[in-house]
Amino acid sequence: METGTSRVKRGMAEMQKGGVIMDVMSAEQAKVAEAAGATAVMALERVPSDIRAAGGVARMADPTIVEEVMKVVSIPVMAKARIGHYVEAKVLESLGVDYIDESEVLTPADEVFHISKNEFTVPFVCGAKDLGEALRRIQEGASMLRTKGEPGTGNIVEAVRHMRLIMGQIRHVQGLSKDELYHEAKTLGVPYELLLGVHETGRLPVVNFAAGGVATPSDAALMMHLGADGVFVGSGIFKSDNPEKFARAIVEATTHYDDYELIARVSKNLGTPMKGIEISKLDRSERMQDRGL
Amino acid sequence: MNIGVLALQGAVAEHIRSIELAGGTGVAVKRTEQLADIGGLIIPGGESTTIGKLMRKYGFIEAVREFAAEGKPVFGTCAGLIVLAERLEGGEEPHLALMNMTVARNAFGRQRESFETDLDVKGIDTPLRAVFIRAPLIREVGSDVDVLSVYKDEIVTARQGHLLACSYHPELTDDYRLHEYFLNMAKEAAEGKTGR
Repeated sequence: METGTSRVKRGMAEMQKGGVIMDVMSAEQAKVAEAAGATAVMALERVPSDIRAAGGVARMADPTIVEEVMKVVSIPVMAKARIGHYVEAKVLESLGVDYIDESEVLTPADEVFHISKNEFTVPFVCGAKDLGEALRRIQEGASMLRTKGEPGTGNIVEAVRHMRLIMGQIRHVQGLSKDELYHEAKTLGVPYELLLGVHETGRLPVVNFAAGGVATPSDAALMMHLGADGVFVGSGIFKSDNPEKFARAIVEATTHYDDYELIARVSKNLGTPMKGIEISKLDRSERMQDRGL
Repeated sequence: MNIGVLALQGAVAEHIRSIELAGGTGVAVKRTEQLADIGGLIIPGGESTTIGKLMRKYGFIEAVREFAAEGKPVFGTCAGLIVLAERLEGGEEPHLALMNMTVARNAFGRQRESFETDLDVKGIDTPLRAVFIRAPLIREVGSDVDVLSVYKDEIVTARQGHLLACSYHPELTDDYRLHEYFLNMAKEAAEGKTGR
């Protein structure tokens, strides 16, 4: 009997496929998310849009919030640790969370090194905006990936950019000859063996979800159409007018992402989605996606 | 033989791959009409609360009950086993309620307690590598249910006529023997139906 094998850790993410993982800030919100059909919840003290508005240093949530959420739902509970913050991750593991997000939404604790995730029993999800970042995170032990997008903006454009880039890079790598792969590995700054795997299979060895800027059912469906395995929704649900309705509608649109009549139906009378931010209005220093490369 | 995999949420592609390795044709099932074109249905691993809700929403509860009532085989893995059970521990409302058994969800603990192990399964000659992820287990079964495997005294594989269920994920390994076993159940059911 073995725990924490890569099959067990990656398999857990496979079971989330086609699902929606929702940010929640309390036990009550977690119950709303579960009742709407979320496949997991991310327990946080503040959603990304609030973190953006508050400024200052964003850290791991108070363990009380994480524990309260774990107590009230039967679906998996995820929580965020700062990039490179080994101890926050160990604390979350000790609480028994089911997945840790080493996340650029929080203020990085280490500007060079990510957490060495292979030595944990609990699996990790990390953000990536290109194939180089994706394969570096996998080498460090990430069992699941997500696009970075631009969290807390309610603007899908960056998640689309990241998903398109990664998918395009995978297709490019598939077409390379064996000798070109060595050079490509060097250029991307990734291990040759992982790149060879992408070349041979035409896919990443772990699931890749969309995250960062999903605000409507159509946004979620667009990301599935572009090849995402599932969707994280951060501020999009509990910063909307009607969280229950938004949550249910986004779940349905993710399952039936190519059924446009259904998406039209679930999009009716949803109320106002979260207020978005135009990306060009963000100062470069405010971009979370540039953290942890 | 077309085998459907219920594609509302969960590990659909992996089951399709395993069925094809076993010599069948895998079909992702998103609409109830598609049940007419398949000889057996797999309910995959995923989140049972999500899958159960979406099944209710799109009429799959009645449709799959009718499908099973025609004698067509259904195979539930992990969340799929929960969906098949007549009784869920803790008073949770059952979903398909087809198999005469009581199931406990997340019975081995949280994700850090998830594991893989070699498992003997009745009807398969050498052990299978079984991957248990936040897995449920079968607390007790009715007299009409065959226990096909136990792990540490707990039931983890069971069969009731044309219904098959396991707590673990045979679709996450390259060993497709349990899928082959199910494919044979579907073939036998189809032959029986053509009136031989």
